Amino acid sequence: MDFSRRETLGLGLGAAALISLPMGASASTVDELIAAFTGGADMADTGVTLTAPEIAENGNTVPIEVEATGASAIMLLATGNPTPAAGTFHFGPLAGRSGASTRIRLAKSQNVVAIAKLEDGTFARTSAEVKVTIGGCGG
Amino acid sequence: MAEGVTPRVKVPKKAAAGDVVTIKTLISHPMESGQRKDDDGNLIPRSIINRFTCDFNGQNVIDVTMEPAMSTNPYFEFDAIVPEAGEFKFTWYDDDGSVYEETKSIAIG
Repeated sequence: MDFSRRETLGLGLGAAALISLPMGASASTVDELIAAFTGGADMADTGVTLTAPEIAENGNTVPIEVEATGASAIMLLATGNPTPAAGTFHFGPLAGRSGASTRIRLAKSQNVVAIAKLEDGTFARTSAEVKVTIGGCGG
Repeated sequence: MAEGVTPRVKVPKKAAAGDVVTIKTLISHPMESGQRKDDDGNLIPRSIINRFTCDFNGQNVIDVTMEPAMSTNPYFEFDAIVPEAGEFKFTWYDDDGSVYEETKSIAIG
């Protein structure tokens, strides 16, 4: 079976479109989400505590705890998920501490990132690597 | 409305004024992520609770924005300051517009 130059080009373009599809399908990338949250501000490497298991047997419920003293909001990102955003905690005037525990889904082994917005307007981030035995996004 | 949605909240019955109390909440909800496929290969549409708030006597304690990466039966544990006797109000907002509410009162003593 012979391909003309035109057909070959067309095939190549089709393949490129297929490859780029999964990227375009995800709502927004990790970098975009971070930029939207921080407005592009620099982030300190200390000040946020992220407690996550090193190995999560079941990716459907991975217990996560975040805390950042003096934070008004903390964003959680699962960088390896099809939709990386996991949730954002906003702490009100009656919050006993700027921290909370929850359970999230992880599709595969990946880094979980927490970014805190501190009361003085600066940002801090931290990340933790979680190994996942069974992924939590169906599929 | 998703079926069988039951909120469960654990709040101490009483506390000293100004105390910090730990609150645990759980709500049964499938939290369909929009990523899964059914047996015929069709995508199951997203259906999650997208926001959770906790207020005490009208003042905000915590406000959580939730995305599909939150687990089934979303669980939260957090701390709240109790300046006086009153009522905690917990509200969950579903994608389909339903709102689930729960209240717990706390006494000083």
